Amino acid sequence: MSVPLTLLGLLEREPSHGYDLKRDYDTWFGRGKPLPYGQVYATLSRLARDGKAIAGPAEHGEGPDRKRYAITEAGIADVQRWLAEPAPPEPHLQAVLFAKVVLALMLGRPAGRYLDTQRAAHLQRMRELTGLKENGDPMDTLLADHGLYHLEADLRWIDHTAARLGMLAQAVRQ
Amino acid sequence: MTGRRAPGPAPGAGRGEVAVAAKPATIIEARGVVRSFGQTPALRGASLPVRQGEIVAVMGPSGSGKSTLLHCLAGILTPDEGEVWFDGQRLDTLRETRRSELRRDRFGFVFQSGQLVPELTAEENVALPLLLGGTRRAAALAEARAWFGRLGLDGLGNRRSGELSGGQAQRVALARGMVAGPQVLFADEPTGSLDSVAGELVMSLMTRAAREQGTTVILVTHDARVAAYADREVIVRDGTVGSLTGAAPSPGQAR
Repeated sequence: MSVPLTLLGLLEREPSHGYDLKRDYDTWFGRGKPLPYGQVYATLSRLARDGKAIAGPAEHGEGPDRKRYAITEAGIADVQRWLAEPAPPEPHLQAVLFAKVVLALMLGRPAGRYLDTQRAAHLQRMRELTGLKENGDPMDTLLADHGLYHLEADLRWIDHTAARLGMLAQAVRQ
Repeated sequence: MTGRRAPGPAPGAGRGEVAVAAKPATIIEARGVVRSFGQTPALRGASLPVRQGEIVAVMGPSGSGKSTLLHCLAGILTPDEGEVWFDGQRLDTLRETRRSELRRDRFGFVFQSGQLVPELTAEENVALPLLLGGTRRAAALAEARAWFGRLGLDGLGNRRSGELSGGQAQRVALARGMVAGPQVLFADEPTGSLDSVAGELVMSLMTRAAREQGTTVILVTHDARVAAYADREVIVRDGTVGSLTGAAPSPGQAR
């Protein structure tokens, strides 16, 4: 799960204050594990330092940091690349895949194509693991099977999600 | 010496494992196939070229048209529009008698289950395609028997289908699909009725046998672990074929 890229993705919708980003992050991606304010502001200043976002002038107010941040072209390119690239197919991916699908739908990006790319990466990895099993070492087989079943579970989620993108897009844009 | 000329490398092509070596030719191909059942369209312009010796998994949600595509490629169904080519000839315009000869002589089939003739022994079941093709009984049975050892079925040749486990019956069906040395093996959910261990054995044996014999395999499955035995997979959605692994589209492909 990449917090910087997820925040950057949220920022692509419209220029936002750190507070708004934290609230939206917690709503969509926090799943009962809110992002600490400190991490939000540290991440935003790092993004600004790296030219992925620009901070507006400090505004008067009560919060610790009343700057509004806007994404830059370099930031948009990073989000675009992250969404389009399949994540390395390994177990326990659900947080990353979930975040990418939700953000892609939010930003009107081709979520279906991203899921297809991910699907291809998963099947490629499954082919490699199956090849490993064909070589016949029982311990290799045992380990490969564990990976195969986890990747299969991801794939079933990917297929299920791909079949429901229209409905999910509505839910995300409400 | 015969007058046959060995098919040498194309001019300018290197030897051995040079990356630019020519890929095997397309052996079977659907081009823009449209097929409906009554008012319901099953395929809406499906294109799929498959190379000689390739093992291709055809995936897709239920009702997406993947079995219809397999049946059109195998000449069991004829398309409403579009073309099917096999080994340089148009398949879909052949007369039914000719297509059924092709299916018998050049294609093999493995389906989900229930395909063995219950009155025949396992050996006779395997020999059936050879017997139907005119091979003499003794030779056909000898050929059939050779497959029993290869597929781990030693000693089961005289059993009838009711006396075989699901996995054994499916391996007998695989032997029957392969016994006549088909150029293309069509497998529709070949592990669909098996548990995961029996299914894995069938897939492992099928792909090994196909690779040894250079048989092209078109495998319809909804199971990713089964598809992972293939060289590549395509997905059928809403009656068209999408490629996931970037196989080069053939010149005949519509899209």
